[in-house]
Order: sequence, then structure tokens, then C-alpha cells
Amino acid sequence: MELFTNQVLAGIATGAIYACMALAVVMIYQAIDHLNFAQGEMAMFSTFISWQLMQWGVPYWWSFLLTLAISFAGGILIERLLFKPLAKAPVLTNVAGFIALFAIVNSVAGLTWDFTIKQYPTPFGSAPFLGSQLISTHQAGMIGVTLLMLVGLYLFFQFTRIGLAMRAAAALPESARLVGVNTSWMIALGWGMASAIGAVAGILIAPVVFLEPNMMGGVLVYGFAAAVLGGLSSPLGAVIGGFLVGVFENLAGTYIPGVGNELKLPIALALIITVLVFKPAGLFGRAIVKRV
Amino acid sequence: MSAINLRLGAFAAALALLAATSSGAFAQKKYDTGASDTEIKIGNIMPYSGPASAYGVIGKTEEAYFRKINAEGGINGRKINFVSYDDAYSPPKTVEQVRKLVESDEVLLVFNSLGTPPNTAIQKYLNSKKVPQLFVATGATKWNDPKEFPWTMGWQPNYQSESQIYAKYILKNYPNAKIGILYQNDDYGKDYLKGFKDGLGAKAASMIVLEESYEVSQPTIDSHIVKLKSSGADVFFNITTPKFAAQAIKKNMEIGWKPVHFLNNVSASIGSVMKPAGFENGQDIISSQYFKDPTDAQWKNDAAMKAWNEFLDKYYPEANRADASVMYAYIVAQGLVHVLKACGDDLTRANVMKQAASIKDLELSGLLPGVKVNTSATDFAPLSQLQLIRFKGENWERFGEILSGDVGG
Amino acid sequence: MSVAAEDTVTEAPAVEAVPKRAMTLGTGTSLVILAALLVTPVFVKNFVVFQMTMVMIYGIAVLALNILTGGSGQFSLGQSAFYALGAYTSAVLMENFNVNYALTLPIAGLVSFGAGYLFGKPALRLSGIYLALATFALAVAMPQLLKLHFLEHWTGGVQGLTVMKPDAPFGLPIGQDKWLYYFTLAISVAIYVGSVNLLRSRSGRAFMSIRDNEIAASAMGVDVAQYKTLAFGVSAGITGIAGGLSAIVVAFVAPDSYTINLAIALFLGMVVGGVGWLPGSFVGAAFIIFVPNIAESISKGLSGAVFGVLLFIVIFLVPHGARQVAIVAQQMLGKFKN
Repeated sequence: MELFTNQVLAGIATGAIYACMALAVVMIYQAIDHLNFAQGEMAMFSTFISWQLMQWGVPYWWSFLLTLAISFAGGILIERLLFKPLAKAPVLTNVAGFIALFAIVNSVAGLTWDFTIKQYPTPFGSAPFLGSQLISTHQAGMIGVTLLMLVGLYLFFQFTRIGLAMRAAAALPESARLVGVNTSWMIALGWGMASAIGAVAGILIAPVVFLEPNMMGGVLVYGFAAAVLGGLSSPLGAVIGGFLVGVFENLAGTYIPGVGNELKLPIALALIITVLVFKPAGLFGRAIVKRV
Repeated sequence: MSAINLRLGAFAAALALLAATSSGAFAQKKYDTGASDTEIKIGNIMPYSGPASAYGVIGKTEEAYFRKINAEGGINGRKINFVSYDDAYSPPKTVEQVRKLVESDEVLLVFNSLGTPPNTAIQKYLNSKKVPQLFVATGATKWNDPKEFPWTMGWQPNYQSESQIYAKYILKNYPNAKIGILYQNDDYGKDYLKGFKDGLGAKAASMIVLEESYEVSQPTIDSHIVKLKSSGADVFFNITTPKFAAQAIKKNMEIGWKPVHFLNNVSASIGSVMKPAGFENGQDIISSQYFKDPTDAQWKNDAAMKAWNEFLDKYYPEANRADASVMYAYIVAQGLVHVLKACGDDLTRANVMKQAASIKDLELSGLLPGVKVNTSATDFAPLSQLQLIRFKGENWERFGEILSGDVGG
Repeated sequence: MSVAAEDTVTEAPAVEAVPKRAMTLGTGTSLVILAALLVTPVFVKNFVVFQMTMVMIYGIAVLALNILTGGSGQFSLGQSAFYALGAYTSAVLMENFNVNYALTLPIAGLVSFGAGYLFGKPALRLSGIYLALATFALAVAMPQLLKLHFLEHWTGGVQGLTVMKPDAPFGLPIGQDKWLYYFTLAISVAIYVGSVNLLRSRSGRAFMSIRDNEIAASAMGVDVAQYKTLAFGVSAGITGIAGGLSAIVVAFVAPDSYTINLAIALFLGMVVGGVGWLPGSFVGAAFIIFVPNIAESISKGLSGAVFGVLLFIVIFLVPHGARQVAIVAQQMLGKFKN
């Protein structure tokens, strides 16, 4: 029983990582209606920027804010320079663009900061949280920030004009244009916000997994899985999905005899696909009715 | 009849003249493809891109080292032409690149190609073409197999002999240990695991309480550590690459698990593992070494370390000096230079293998004091000595004798 | 954002309609290309012959993806899994059961067809991004499945399997590389012709009607579920044959050969070649083999970045891939004639 509780707690701690990333995934999906394969790499790059700022002597919170601003601007810049020209190209060509972006960002980070791991500081400390050694204060802080971002996103999409316009632009671009929404800039704004949220995710994840150019590769797979499980249109679903994936993966690894440990990830993915078969829009996603 | 004789005679005379004028001496010069009076062409394959790109720095360091050798006059007057290609750690691509090296670039030998799967993919090809596959950059045990693969030679101490050293140490000092193991689920992790179990012998089954494997794609290994702790293990054998090693060291401390911690040599680096993991978390960790950790302050005034730093300053200034791979590459490049020098003017592939297989007590700059390179016609494992180390304060403390454990392939 | 809300959208098809005539090349052009392929090995080095063989093998795999995506509109990032399955089937049969290499290919195809068909069943309920994730999951899981310890006896586990490279049969006086080149060429031509005919057949028309408008197709009596799973199976089967061929030609299989990077490469091959244009598959395959080589010759440290930039340049210039080039060339030729 103790092992069970421990694995669930460890799963929640790891799940916080996935939830963070899943939020960024949902953000970009809301804005452009696709998944961005380069998102993890962009988050990694943002984290390196903040690390570099700190190396140059900028205090933690200043570098945090600066990085958010740089990432926001960087996201918009990438959209304007690289993906706006592809707006009329087929969807799959855009996906190829994401892959190209992935290769570029990863390679440039590798050359600039090389591949040895770097320690990344945390503002929350890493003492045991509430007496439990399984969740550190950093991980608790990470869960807190994730929930804060969740509330923020909810309010943004539900109650602000820009948030509503952005949703309209992604879901029904033509109708949105008719009512005066500048859909092109909505997409750019979505890129900027997704990039900034990704930066927060990277900064929170780096103290746990250590900073290096390949740190987000695995995280992004789990982030996608979490977002899809929860429903790509729902930030709440994405966060819950993240925790579910984290906990389930640990339990599968611990309790399924024989192959559980070797096949943790495949088993978790198989479960997600099973869920999708019964709930094709994810646990919390909106069902989509198609018509001709 | 006589006319033919005459012609043959003239031909022989011309040949003799040619030999005399080109060398100025009558020394026998023999070349295979890839070597000439002015140049030795060396092939190499590295994962400059893809999942293992962290190791690309090995190829870059070697390239820099050969530039240094060339700037200092080359090898017996010949310049090294180092041709290095990217295989992204994908065996089909390795096969394509090695064929390009052998058939299009026409290199004399393939040197220090990286990774067990890529090297396995090209081993048969190189052996059937009789091209040396020299000093491969992998610690798998199978490269020491001169009977089956006379054209393939390993380099570093292999994983199995290293973990046997730990096993023997545990049997002697902790005979009642309950051992928990974390290993990477690939050829490298499994090789370590096998050597360790062989070393424990009959006691393996009763001593090992839990074996956990992880995949490189996992973001963290936290749940494995949690499981290992609850297994009640009091000795931990940590078979992980630097990122996961640092995570494990940190996590152990966070969850208050304090076993006797054995860390594989792959991650025994102060700069790239112990420091990021936090010095206070890594105290008393036991590992082993065969070359000097450049980030260890005890070597600060060491002559070899100074030479290494001078070389990097001049030829590879952007190198990350905390990266153990840079030191690794520096040493293995010296090994190749030694072999090529020993070949003299007989730069045939057969002679390269012959010279590589007759190294006696060679000391290279950067190796630990007492660690020497030795090979013979039946021993294709150039480095097989290690010394146990323990982490104290901010340094590795060497203890015990230089140990050697040769496990054949 | 509320859970109960329903969105009603008119979804634009993910893949634009390609008329079936435009999916192939004219007979004349095809024959000229075939003739060129037949004579080239005589003039080039063995290693180039090997590279061309690899281009054809990847070409077959890209073509299989094209049948799935360009033909039936389903998107897959999991082709590497079927490729691996085919490769391992061939390798295990050759090494453990001494089956002749040529005979392993149809078996590899059948095994992969079966796997693809079975996978296509649940995947039926998924579309677009969700299907992409499901196939992506398959690709991520495959190397781990190949490493499983209880399969190690056959698969060689993490070490992989080395395979004997076959010699030319009947004492033909050509080397292994050239023989395998012609062997692969024959299979490529057979698969290409077969695929063209498939897409022109009743099934092919059914595939395309699903791609263009699923609901309309179903209203017109196309058994959507049946044809979608069939497309998955056929695509997987052909990919499996390509995988089997690669095991024979590379003479080595290992989990590291079939990672998600392979699936991504095949996908890029399809986009660069032009989605839905079958001849483009081979152009795309050449792209994924040669462009990384070009990238590394420009810069070792930044080869990934150079590759990304080259890819961007290609998709900026021709967002519809090689198909676009072919169409423009055709129009220019037409003008020239007039």
C-alpha cells in the first residue's frame, strides 16, 4: 500500500511536468488548429535564454520576465516570418515546416550551449513538501503555477474580447473575418502566447530534468498524449490529462507483471488510444458534429 | 623473345629509378588505398545530428587533434586527412556512410566510429573488405574478438569488465548486500548488467532484489527511484547516462534513500554529472576511471592537463572543458597517431592492424597514472585497466590498486 | 470551453483532391525513367548503386504512405512501425529459419498488412490530429516492443540481428550490390504499377471519395469503414515489404534503425514529393537520403539547422512538392510545343 501511495504521489509530481507542457499544446491548438511539433524545442530554447541571462548576472525573476517577453516576441516573429507565408499551403506542408523548425532550434541550441547538462535553479527550493519526501516544494510550486496558468487561460478565453476573437478565428476563420476579427494577427498572437507558456513550462521543468538541448523530446510526447487525452480544446482537460498520464504510467510500471516496467510508455499510450476510441474528442473536449 | 626480355629489363630499371628518386633511399614503401607519400586518409562516423548528437564533440575534438599533428609536421612527413561523416545514430545511415568512406573517399581505415548498433551494422562489411575498424567508440564487450573479426578493434575498458570490478568489490565488502539496479534499456545498459551478474556469480539471484530499466525517451526516472527505495535495497548500482545519473543522485537525496551508490564510469564526470546534481548529494559515490577527469581540481597542475588545455586553446577553443568526451577523444586520437607512427613507411591495412595489435605498455597523455595500453594478436582490448574512485568533497579520490578485468568477446 | 458545447464545422479536407490521372506519370516518361534506371548501375560506383537502392526502398515506403494519405486521406506518423515489422520479419526468417530472402518479402508484406489492418480498425474512429497521435504512439512504442526480453531469442534484443547479404543467383556475373539493385528495382516497378492500378480501380475510387468527402462517400454507398481499414492494411503491407528489403540490403536490423525519426523522414518524403502524386514518392525518398548529406557537408555542428533551412526553402518554393514542379514543367513544355 505504501508503494502504491508513493507511486501515485511520484506520478502526480511527474504529471505536473506533462500538464505544464500540455497547456502549451492546447494553447497553440486553440490558435492554429494544429499541434506544433517544434513546441518543445521552442520551450527548451526559451529556458536556455533565461539560463544565459542568469549566467550574465540577471536575477531570477527579472530573467523570468525577460524570457517571457522574448519568447512572446519570438513566437510572433516565427509565425510572421516562417508560417504566415505557408498559410495557403496544405496542412501537411505546415507540419513539415514544424519539423524543419524543430531541427533548426535543436541544432542551434546544441551548438550554442552544447549537450552537457546544466543545473537550473528553482525559486521554490527542493525541500520535502508538507513532510512528504515524494513531492518537493519545487514540484508543489510547479503544480501551483500550472493551476494559475490554467485559471488565467480560462479567464482569457472565456471573458476577454481577444480571447473570444482568437477562438473564433481558429474555429471558424471565415465567419470570424466577417465580424471583423483580424484572423491573421490572432494566429500570430496565439503563437506568441503558446511560446510564452512553453517558456514557463520549460523553466519549471528544467530544475527536475536538467537543462540540455534534448530535454523536451520526451516531455513533448507526454504533453501531446496528455492534451489529447484531456481534449485538445480544453485547458482543464489537458491539465487533468497530464496528471492522469503521470499516475497511470507509474502504476503500469509498478503493477503490471513481466512487461510493465519495460513497456510503461506503450501501455500508457495504448490506454489513451482506447479512451479516444470511446471518446474521440478526449475526456473533456467538445464533440464535433460534421456536416457536408 | 629477347625483345621481351629487354623490355622487361628496362621496365625493372625504370621502376628502380622511380623508387630511388621518389624516396631518396631504398626503404621499402608500401601503401594501400588511402595512404601515399603525402597523406593518410582516415575515415570516421559520428552522430553529429539526431538523438546521440551529444557525442558529436568526439569527432570535432579528433579533427582538431589531427590539425595539431599536421601543423607539427604530420606523421613521418604525411598529413592526416580526417574525413568524418554524420550517421545520426541510425544504422542504415552508418552503412551508407561507411561505404562512402571506403568506396568513394577511399580511406585507409575507419577510426573510432561511435555506438554499438552503428558499429555492429558495419562490422561484417569492413571485415570482408579487410578495412581496419580501429578503436571503435563503444564499451561493448564484443569488439575484442580477433578470431572472428580480425579487422575490428575496441578501445576503452569494456562495460562488462568494469561492472565485474564493482561486483567483486561488493562481494568482498558488502557480502550481505541487497542490491537494486537501474539500467538503460539498450545494448549499453544490458552489457553492464550482464557483467555485473557474471561477477556476482551464483550469489546474483539472492543478492539482487530489483532490476529496473528505463528508456532514454523518458523525461525523468523518479518513479524508478521510488520503487528501488521501497524494495529495501541497501546497495544501488546506477547504470545511467549523465542526465539520468544526475537525476538519480539528486532524487536519492530528496527522498532520503542512502544506499551504497555505485555509478558507472560513463557518468563519472564532475563537471557534467556531480556538479549539476549537487556536490552534497553525491558524497561517497563509488565509480571507476581510466582517464583524468578534467573537471577534477586535483589535476589542475598536472602536465597532461596543461598540454590538453594548450591544445584546446589553440585548436578547439570553443570546446566545453567540462565534457569528458573531449578528453576521451584527445586520448584515442593519440592512440591512432601512435599506431600510424609505428607503421613507418608500410602503410598497408594489414600492417595497421599488426601495429595496432602489438602495443606494449603505452602511456598516453590524459590516462590515469599506471593505466597503460596493451594489445596482442589475441588481445584486441587496448584499454582494460581501471581504478576505483570515491567522491569526497568536490573531487574523486582514487583508492585501491589499478585493476584489470579482461572479458573476452 | 464548457464541456457540453458542440461545435458544428464544415471541415475542409486535410488533403486536397488530386484527380486520379494526375497521380501518375505518362507512359512515355515512365519508360524513359525506367530505361535510365536500368543502365545507370553500369556507370557508377557500387556505393552509389547502394544509395540508389536505398532511395528505391524508402521510395516504396513513401509510396505506401501516399496511398494512405494521398489516396484515402488518412494521416499516419507510424509508418516506421510497419517498416520495422517487415524488416524484422525478413531478418528473423532469414537468420533463424533459413528462409530464402526473396521468399521472406511476401511474408513480411502479409504480416505488416495484418498488423496494419488490425490497427486500422480502432483507428477508424479517429481522424485528423487524433489519428496522427495514435500512429505516432505506435511509432514511439515500436523500438521498445522490439527490445522486449522474451522476444530476445529471435530478435537479438537490443543488439539487433546481422543478416547474410545474398549473392546474385544462377551464378550471374554481377556483384551483390548490383544484384540487389535490380532485385529492388523489379519490386519497386511491380509495386508502383500495382499501386497505380489500385488507385484506378473501384477500390481506389472509393479511397479517393473518402478522402474528398467522407460523408458524401458514405451517402453514395461506399463502405467507409471497410475501405479505410483496407487502405491502412495495404499501406502497411507495402511498407512492410520496403522494410524487408531494407533488412536484406543493409544486412542488419536493430531497434535504433526504426525510431520515430524514420517515420518523420518518410512523412517529409511524402510532403516534398507531393502528397497524392505517386512518382513524387521517389523524389521525396531521394530528398530524405541526400539532403542530410548536403547539410552536413555545409556544416557539421549545425547540420540539423542546415537541413531545416533547406526544408523550409523547399516548402516555401514549392508548397505542393515535386508535383508542382512536374505540373509547371508540363505547362512549359505545352507552351513550347505551341
